[in-house]
Amino acid sequence: MGLWSNLSAGIRGLFGKRRVEQELDDELRDYLDKSTAEKMRAGMTREEAHRAARIEMGGVEAVKENVRSASWETHLETLWGDLHFGVRLLRFNPVFAGAAILSLALGIGANTAIFQLLDAVRLRTLPVKNPQELASVRIDERQSWSGSANGRYSELTYAMWEQIRAQQQGFSEVFAWSPTQFNISPAGEVQNVQALWVSGEFFETLRVEPALGRLLSPADDRPGCASSGVVISYSFWQHQYAGDRSIVGRTLSISRHPFEIIGVASAGFYGVEMGRYFDVAAPLCAEPIVDGNEDAVLTRRDYWWLASMGRLKPGWTIERATAQLRAASPGLFEATLPESFNPEQAKRFLAYRLAAFPGGSGVSELRSNYESPLWLLLALAGLVLFIASANLANLLLARASAREKEMGMRMAVGASRGRLIRQLLAESLLLAAIGAALGGFLAHSLSQVLVASLSTKNDPLFVEMGTDWRVLGFTTGLAVLTCVIFGLAPALRATSVSPNVVLKEGGRGTTDGGSRFGLRRVLVVAQIALSLTLLVVALLFARSLGKLASVDAGFERDGILVTDIDFTALNLPAERRTPFAKELLDRLRTIPGVDSAATAKIVPLSGNGEIHDILTGDPDAPKDHHSLSAFNAVSPDFFRTMRTPILAGRDFNEHDVVGAPLAVIVNETFARTILKTGNPVGMQFRVRRMSKISGPYEIVGLVKDTKYADLREDAQQIVYTPMAQNERPDTDVEFLIRAHGPLASLILNVKSVAKGTSSDLDVSFVVLQEMIEEGLLRDRLMARLAGFFGGLAVVLAVIGLYGVISYMVARRRNEIGIRMSLGADRRSIIALVLRESLLLLAIGLTLGVVLALAASSAAASLLFGLKAHDATTLIMATVILAVIALAASYIPALRASRLDPLEALRHE
Amino acid sequence: MTDTSATLVQGTLDMLILKTLALEPLHGWGISQRIQQLSHGVFEVNPGSLFPAFRRLERAGLLECEWKTSDNNRRAKYYSLTKTGRQKLRSETKEWERQVAAIARILQTAS
Repeated sequence: MGLWSNLSAGIRGLFGKRRVEQELDDELRDYLDKSTAEKMRAGMTREEAHRAARIEMGGVEAVKENVRSASWETHLETLWGDLHFGVRLLRFNPVFAGAAILSLALGIGANTAIFQLLDAVRLRTLPVKNPQELASVRIDERQSWSGSANGRYSELTYAMWEQIRAQQQGFSEVFAWSPTQFNISPAGEVQNVQALWVSGEFFETLRVEPALGRLLSPADDRPGCASSGVVISYSFWQHQYAGDRSIVGRTLSISRHPFEIIGVASAGFYGVEMGRYFDVAAPLCAEPIVDGNEDAVLTRRDYWWLASMGRLKPGWTIERATAQLRAASPGLFEATLPESFNPEQAKRFLAYRLAAFPGGSGVSELRSNYESPLWLLLALAGLVLFIASANLANLLLARASAREKEMGMRMAVGASRGRLIRQLLAESLLLAAIGAALGGFLAHSLSQVLVASLSTKNDPLFVEMGTDWRVLGFTTGLAVLTCVIFGLAPALRATSVSPNVVLKEGGRGTTDGGSRFGLRRVLVVAQIALSLTLLVVALLFARSLGKLASVDAGFERDGILVTDIDFTALNLPAERRTPFAKELLDRLRTIPGVDSAATAKIVPLSGNGEIHDILTGDPDAPKDHHSLSAFNAVSPDFFRTMRTPILAGRDFNEHDVVGAPLAVIVNETFARTILKTGNPVGMQFRVRRMSKISGPYEIVGLVKDTKYADLREDAQQIVYTPMAQNERPDTDVEFLIRAHGPLASLILNVKSVAKGTSSDLDVSFVVLQEMIEEGLLRDRLMARLAGFFGGLAVVLAVIGLYGVISYMVARRRNEIGIRMSLGADRRSIIALVLRESLLLLAIGLTLGVVLALAASSAAASLLFGLKAHDATTLIMATVILAVIALAASYIPALRASRLDPLEALRHE
Repeated sequence: MTDTSATLVQGTLDMLILKTLALEPLHGWGISQRIQQLSHGVFEVNPGSLFPAFRRLERAGLLECEWKTSDNNRRAKYYSLTKTGRQKLRSETKEWERQVAAIARILQTAS
């Protein structure tokens, strides 16, 4: 009732404003009249009585103001009025408004974009029902493992998964999955799509509904299934089949094997991996069909390729599920121990314990790779926004001193300080709101650009970036925060004047030397300090990228085309595979423009690799930790093709084949650390793969160190074996072709060679240099963004410094005029001004160095080849900033020195 | 006059206004005079707080107002109690008496 009458009266007040005001006027006049009449009855004259009554009331306007402030609609009205006034002020100063809104929009936009990405990969939960019930099941604190692994989440073997499904009690359902790629081209050049191997429980556990047909169920995932159905994603259905509803029942070719499409998953479901998507999902049991029985990993107990997730039963917690899994672990690992493990590996394996981890936000490699860079970028963007806000604060402070008289006047006629502050803040709020709204729009495209720059053809990303409450809250929070930073201090300043002082003071701005100006100096010092920090971080990333790009990989990166030729479909027996690959290689070498070509099991820097134990000396002695080495199998001419120098001994040749003595080539680090010699040619060692020991191998050559899996790694031991000595050659071979001339025609030629050899070859290409550059994606992104923020920060800070120095010059015109008329020459005037900016610069840079040291420690883990406290970088940044800043303050200094003394003195 | 007049206990002004209006509708001046008279000059109500209180009570639905022509043929705004205003006055009075009695008891035992 009370609320309602208040509301309706308020609304009436808003719309019938004039009438309400008139009534208030009448009422007060009536009161005054009655009061006057009473006093006259007590014996006063009319004038006296009138005066006394007015004094008693204490100002009609003040009483009215009090009455108005008892009604809520008044606040709304004054806010509206303030905003209106703010709009008018901004329209008076379009340059100021434009610059302010633009810098805020950029700052808020950059922050929001980065936050949006963080939100998407870090904070969001999976778009499935009750995601908080999901938990991943994996080995707790698995520090080392033996065997082979594949995929981004190689956490379990298939045998372990079967045991987990049978023995777990805490989950109503569990499933296993593995990300992969399928070649869906029925013949010829490979067409890869993003795919998932999933156990039959996958869709059920995640409560995903079909958009069409049906989804995979446990019945589709029976071990040894002869054929199977596959499910495609909604987006794949849309773009590959244009949403054709007759798709169910049609055939999809995967590695040349036909699979029936049984259904389409619901729109918006992209799997359980944040930042990725899938096109096709196939049941685990079909893995041997796709990979071929020979390469099948399904039943291999030493092959890690699966990850598992479950949905907790009602009443079960992560802790309780973990306890149950732990208890079941000893038996479980006993039952899944790979038979090939040596006793040491077995001991480590049996000590594993399973545990459950919260899985509601899914899994994400993107998250672990990009989380700390993104937080760092967010911090950098935050600093830029702060610097931009400081500029605004400086501008508003300058305006505040220009409006001092106005404020003094208004306070003298009775405006309260709070009221004036509110009005000044409304203007800042307006700026912040417009800036945030524009920034929000900007953020949307910025974050798309960010994702696009992280995505590559072979490794596409998909980040669902909606604007959720977190992003909205973040942007609003930023707007309010910036508004407070740049608006509140000037508003407090502007209204802290005593009306007397201001009104008495006339035009001369002589009071402005001290505290009023101090705040602006503090802001500029902070800007310089922060922009130095940003500049240092930017330079660190740029130099780190430069070092990575120019690091000696041990081979020449450019000019090599990597061609993957898969001849599995030919079904060649093992002994015919090596000759077939050799024949292909010989044909490729005849292509015009090809300088040399070779095959390799592992393409350098592709991220793949294998590591085995090296046994030297006594076969029965226990091996020590240092005798691990990376392996690669290569053809003759590999080193010539890669341009890796052979330092001693010889290259492999056509005599190194099955049956001949086992030959190997090692690199310098291998010779130095394992054999402790400079020239190991002629020495022998044996190799242990799992529990199988082979050898002896005789070293026939020594080559220069090369990077193996990653440009960042230190030189590691590498053993090269001749491909032709492999008794079970692969049917999928990497050809490294060094050629000159146009790439397009080379690819055409390679394709026609492949086609001329057999129509059953699957061919795919990648340029080695491009592949390596894709590996530097994160570094390039950091260098670019940090560089952008650093540059922006310097520009903003220099504008701030320039503004303050110009302002100082304008304020000291009088003084400068006097100095000049007393005989100061132009140089001493310039020195006078520059001294001021040097002082600010010196304090700012000193603080900045301290901040920069702290900030670069935070960035240290993302840098390559640089110490976090890199003196060169620090000096470079300081010099760059100092030079730009001094140049910027030289302009107002010069202007000051060109003042006409007479003119300056006349200026009031 | 101002020296002898006591400052009102916080929140009691609303109650006094309601009480003065319990007898008959009055205009602003009348209310301030009535409060002064009834308190024998102890309370003197400042218009600066009186008129905001009217607006507040009106908004809370405790008072209603009407423009009438007063004795000297001028329009004046007369306030009167609403039904809720009367209820409010009753409950406020009860509460006030309870509190005063309690305070009195404390002061007696303390002396």
